[in-house]
Amino acid sequence: MKPSRAVLIFLVACFAMGAAVVRAGDDEEHHERRQKRKAISAPENVTYRAECASCHMLYPPGLLPARSWKAMMGGLKDHFGENASLDPGTAANITQFLVENGADQTTSRRSQKISKSIAADDAPLRITETNYFKRQHHEVSNKVWQRKSVGSPTNCAACHSRAEAGVFSEDEVRVPR
Amino acid sequence: MRMISIILIATLSLAFTARAETPGEILEAYRQEAKAPTKGFGSFSAERGRELYAREQSSPRGPMGCVTCHTSDPRRPGTTRANKAIEPLAPGANAKRFTDRAKVEKWFTRNCDDVLRRPCSALEKGDFLTYLLSIK
Repeated sequence: MKPSRAVLIFLVACFAMGAAVVRAGDDEEHHERRQKRKAISAPENVTYRAECASCHMLYPPGLLPARSWKAMMGGLKDHFGENASLDPGTAANITQFLVENGADQTTSRRSQKISKSIAADDAPLRITETNYFKRQHHEVSNKVWQRKSVGSPTNCAACHSRAEAGVFSEDEVRVPR
Repeated sequence: MRMISIILIATLSLAFTARAETPGEILEAYRQEAKAPTKGFGSFSAERGRELYAREQSSPRGPMGCVTCHTSDPRRPGTTRANKAIEPLAPGANAKRFTDRAKVEKWFTRNCDDVLRRPCSALEKGDFLTYLLSIK
């Protein structure tokens, strides 16, 4: 092969590789932007994390409507069978945060879908009881929920590694063995 | 004037200093609380504390005791019923334990209600902490 042709082929290859790298970078950035738009509202709150993530993952406020959070915070003495009571000041603080960022209070698309899937006169405490959750997980068998690595449907983070950040994108789901 | 400023700053500093307590200090506070209501109170008992730790009572959600979440060995990490990891409870295995009185009280309030369906007495809290401090 003539040297100039080899150089030409080499240059084309470099260009193609470079373009591929740039495109891959673009794809990742594009993916991230899409995730941000679709993500459930999950603003950071230090008190909420300190008080409400000792026993379970930190559920993003955008997973339930404001009226559900109000009911939840009003019944902490019997929080799904356990006493999770807080001093009134801290409780009020967290309630305000949750209510302000509830599914029906934000523009996040997924939060809106969750909110619309719940009857207006219903204030479910269990995220797993909302119609949206049931629809999204109808393919998941009981055997999967019972795996030691998962535990139960309440353990979002087992399969949705970025659940606490409000990201539940289907292409990021990894079901552990 | 300068003296007043110094005194003022010193007092304010003291007021705002949140010094972490030690398990020993928290235990001493329970000792003072336990003296009055407990007839013939001698000392806390690690054995009574161990029995309290191991006690399981039936509840709507099945057997419930400290061991349910903290396991039979307080030096080991545990798991909540919502599958969240819990760091070891024994101060010998986790230096952060029992260094914040408010946090200790918060969890006694919750967990004694969960397990015993009533508040724990100062005697029980002292026994419990004595037991945890006795495990190396």
